[in-house]
Amino acid sequence: MKKLINDAESVVADALTGLAAAHPALRVDVEARVVWRADAPRVGKVALVSGGGSGHEPLHAGFVGYGMLDAACPGEIFTSPVPDQVVAATERVDGGAGVLHVIKNYTGDVMNFELAAELCAQQGMAVASVLVDDDVAVQDSLYTAGRRGTGATLFVEKIAGAVAEAGAPLAEATRVAGAVVARSRSFGIALTSCAVPAAGKPTFDLPETEVELGIGIHGEPGRTRAPLASARDLAAVAMDAVHGDLPLAGDLLVMVNGMGGTPLIELYIAFAEVEAYIRGKGARVARSLVGNYVTSLDMQGFSVTVCQLDDELTELWDAPVQTPSLRWGR
Amino acid sequence: MDVTFFTAWIQEIIRVLSINRDLLTRLDAAIGDADHGTNLDRGFTSVRQALSDTPPDTPGQLLTLVGNTLIRRVGGASGPLYGSLFRQLGKSLGDAPEVSLDDLAAAFATGLESVTRLGKAAEGDKTMVDALAPAARTLSSAAREGLKPGEAFGRAAAAAAEGAKATIPLQARKGRASYLGPRSVGHEDPGAASAALILSALHP
Repeated sequence: MKKLINDAESVVADALTGLAAAHPALRVDVEARVVWRADAPRVGKVALVSGGGSGHEPLHAGFVGYGMLDAACPGEIFTSPVPDQVVAATERVDGGAGVLHVIKNYTGDVMNFELAAELCAQQGMAVASVLVDDDVAVQDSLYTAGRRGTGATLFVEKIAGAVAEAGAPLAEATRVAGAVVARSRSFGIALTSCAVPAAGKPTFDLPETEVELGIGIHGEPGRTRAPLASARDLAAVAMDAVHGDLPLAGDLLVMVNGMGGTPLIELYIAFAEVEAYIRGKGARVARSLVGNYVTSLDMQGFSVTVCQLDDELTELWDAPVQTPSLRWGR
Repeated sequence: MDVTFFTAWIQEIIRVLSINRDLLTRLDAAIGDADHGTNLDRGFTSVRQALSDTPPDTPGQLLTLVGNTLIRRVGGASGPLYGSLFRQLGKSLGDAPEVSLDDLAAAFATGLESVTRLGKAAEGDKTMVDALAPAARTLSSAAREGLKPGEAFGRAAAAAAEGAKATIPLQARKGRASYLGPRSVGHEDPGAASAALILSALHP
């Protein structure tokens, strides 16, 4: 599998070097693997820190900036950051009003952030956390690792980021972040696997005629395999799963997200089908986002994330944001 | 067993994990995200560096250093889990310059507890616990029976290997493989496989 890299060992560091060079409004410590806002820490402002494995770009580092994250800590490809990174990121952006950790629900992410939060607390920092678990492909029960955090992470980072930018206290930012999680659901479908640079070949084989339903964002197989179908039929599979878990009603924020290797033209085809499906259920797409935002390296495929809006969340979604990969109103 | 013995164990773990890096990553590709071998190899390579930077004086110091290094360098779930295991081994062994098989068996039992507490996994969930738990039990009974360390380690390694193989027919209930549901059946758990390798590196 061909890759545009220098060395499989230095993929994350080389990409961070490029991010720093491209975005002077960011500060990047390539060694410590931390990306933060140049104007941080802002005294009196609650700071948002997120992190996770690399390979999901632009998540998370691409969302560091005004109105969204204050810092991100990228781990190795598909591997959660280590506690030291999270602590370093938290220290750099803590303006005295507390720090909210946005964590995707994966065993490793949860453990490393928990260890980091203990260290931060020992240093006297006020840290709260929100766990994102929006993926309806996984059954949530005592006997599983619970639902995965996927596309809704972007919604949480944007909306809680707006709350923090407006000067709200930590408890308020945490409450709103939790509300976004509670109101959001996702489902993903893969047309191909992806190739982790260190492995050099696709993580799994998927025949030309088949797709994986219920994938996460790590190039892993999904819940089931099914024959390739039209965009209309695949969108319906994703939306049936979402609607079956949280019935579609009222005004919705809808993201059709590419997994990294899907052309935008195909994502718009999928979005048309998603929008028609939602209209068919009597609900309405009030806000939307189409593009590659929460990716799985070079995987082809898409995910749909739906969030039930209310006036407060709509206003926060519309609030100005200025980051490398999400920017409006400013 | 003194610090030289435990240093040899860690060096052997580094060697065995490096040789089996691609195998572990392949196992992980089937039911996870294809990075278990590379992550552990990276972590234990850092361990090698840490040991040469600050050579420890006691078994307890050594194992604590190994645990801290893994937590700081590996990431994912395996970093905190293996990190806690080694850190707890180090804590249990304390400052003693020499430890007995009894001491080590007791330390393993508490190490296993710290792993199950952090990972919230039980035996049969298709995780590293499926290899670590039978190994810890075997060490304890070997110590009670008064076996020589060599024999005890051989039995513990065999129990761990058997436990790892026994994960093949299981459906995962914890960790990333659990997302596959019934499709996780038929594959050896990569965490159990690496745990068995770590036990296999324990020679007198």
